[in-house]
Amino acid sequence: MGLEQKLGDMGIVTTSLEKAVNWARSNAIWPMLFGLACCAIEMMSTQASRYDLSRFGMELMRASPRQSDLMIVAGRVSRKMAPVLRNLYDQMPDPKWVIAMGDCASCGGVFNNYAIVQGVDEIVPVDVYVAGCPPRPETLIDGIMKLQEKIRHEPLRKWQ
Amino acid sequence: MTIVESPIRVEDAPQNAVRVEDVQLDITLEQLKKLVSPRALTGETMLLNMGPQHPSTHGVLRLLLELDGETIVSCIPDIGYLHTGIEKTAEGKTYLKVIPLTDRTDYLAPMSNNLAFCGAVEKLVGIDVPIRAQYLRVILMELTRMNSHLVWLGTHALDIGAMSVFLYCMREREMILDIYEAVSGARMMSSYIRPGGLWRDVPAHFPQLVQRVLDVFPGRILEYEKLLKENPLWKERTVGIGKISAQDAIAWGMTGPCLRGSGVNYDVRKAQPYSSYDHFEFSVPLGSHGDVYDRYKCRMEEFNQSLKIIKQAMDRLPPGPVMTDDRKVAPPPKHEIAYSMESLIHHFKLWTEGFRAPEGEVYFAVESGKGEYGVLLSGDGSPKPRRVHFRAPSFHNLQPLGEISKGALLADIVAIIGSIDIVLGDVDR
Repeated sequence: MGLEQKLGDMGIVTTSLEKAVNWARSNAIWPMLFGLACCAIEMMSTQASRYDLSRFGMELMRASPRQSDLMIVAGRVSRKMAPVLRNLYDQMPDPKWVIAMGDCASCGGVFNNYAIVQGVDEIVPVDVYVAGCPPRPETLIDGIMKLQEKIRHEPLRKWQ
Repeated sequence: MTIVESPIRVEDAPQNAVRVEDVQLDITLEQLKKLVSPRALTGETMLLNMGPQHPSTHGVLRLLLELDGETIVSCIPDIGYLHTGIEKTAEGKTYLKVIPLTDRTDYLAPMSNNLAFCGAVEKLVGIDVPIRAQYLRVILMELTRMNSHLVWLGTHALDIGAMSVFLYCMREREMILDIYEAVSGARMMSSYIRPGGLWRDVPAHFPQLVQRVLDVFPGRILEYEKLLKENPLWKERTVGIGKISAQDAIAWGMTGPCLRGSGVNYDVRKAQPYSSYDHFEFSVPLGSHGDVYDRYKCRMEEFNQSLKIIKQAMDRLPPGPVMTDDRKVAPPPKHEIAYSMESLIHHFKLWTEGFRAPEGEVYFAVESGKGEYGVLLSGDGSPKPRRVHFRAPSFHNLQPLGEISKGALLADIVAIIGSIDIVLGDVDR
């Protein structure tokens, strides 16, 4: 029995601050424009004509980590690239999320060798893993929707 | 910089974690002195780092630029940020299992890479490919060239500031990816071409899909040209920029449209015809000035030539098998496995052990969208290659970047990188 039941229809919706903040956050996640390998091409397809990621409030890919909320690790991360990737992650302002796109970013994929980091979760915390080599744009969109779902249920907390 | 292990899979972290001290990020002063001019050390010129995370380096290319105001004094590319160890990994796999790895070198032209590797295996083992498979390979190769050029045009135009071209190109690219998906089941990583032919015959609606490309593309190419060709802004950014002479282009080992933009008539399809390219009539577009604009014009004309080849191949596509009948390399048909014990054994042996290639060394090259994509394959009599080397066109085309960009303006380097059309997966492998 909230306020609106007592006072009648006043055109007011009551909710908790947490829900309102999460609703806003989940619908305007700006990804970082950061492509590594093959998956980056599918990420471009997701952005472009047929799949059009702007339907999810994510049309604005920022080339600078300082203005982005989401890092989509699109492709294999080599050992030379790993410190750079971590550096970029550290530069992103909180709250921030990471999607490991594709098998290479999730677990090393077909490249179980000296050069490739066996899963990007060894260097940054990952929120959603998207399978596929490379994942279809629909799969990436599904991963993004899963992330939105996750954000909507996040408790408010103090970011470091 | 310290790397904090993520809370996920923490038990794996100690032995697998990246050791930051192993990765040398910054170079020492002594090393730097050898790379840049003495003026940079006194502060007269400025050192600027570009990449590896930069939208217009087309991946993870890093450039160290020495600038005198806006003018580039020297440009030192730093590659290896996408080194994947594909060549080494291939040594541990059977010939059939290397094909998926080749998809992932130049990921904008997977079919060209498949064909280069399979061609090398066929040359080493001595396999004849049925004529239908050869014609289908030609059709797919030309579609791949268009696919590669569409991504080049879209991103190159986007870098210079023409956003709508990117959206148009990606729209058309989906048509080609639909064909990939119809034949191989995957949008990008096709692994469709196999030693001895193709994985399977094309589906029944393949001719309609190709016909749609043939019908739609000529108009769309005109649309791109209308946006760019005579556009004063486009010409301002491209004409006379990033010039390379024919002699220099040959000396640096450039191939493909970068070489032809300088007026050198070299195309692997004409010089060493493979997969019955000599059955088709087409011309090789040439530039004359070797600048960004000429390379652009060459690639745009290649769209039309590709369409011409596809049309001829579709008209004359013969019926017949798409896989060699040599059971030592080709798997038996599925329906035979159900009743023939020998077929089952063959199938099992092929997929567990693989076929053996004789001892020897071969080189086989194809003309991919970016240039001469060659495979040097060395066999040692076992089912696994002794050594596989990819002659990646992007790697060779990238080499003269420092030379080309000397004296150019900072903004021009973006146009130059776009025009040489590199893919870092191909450069670093």
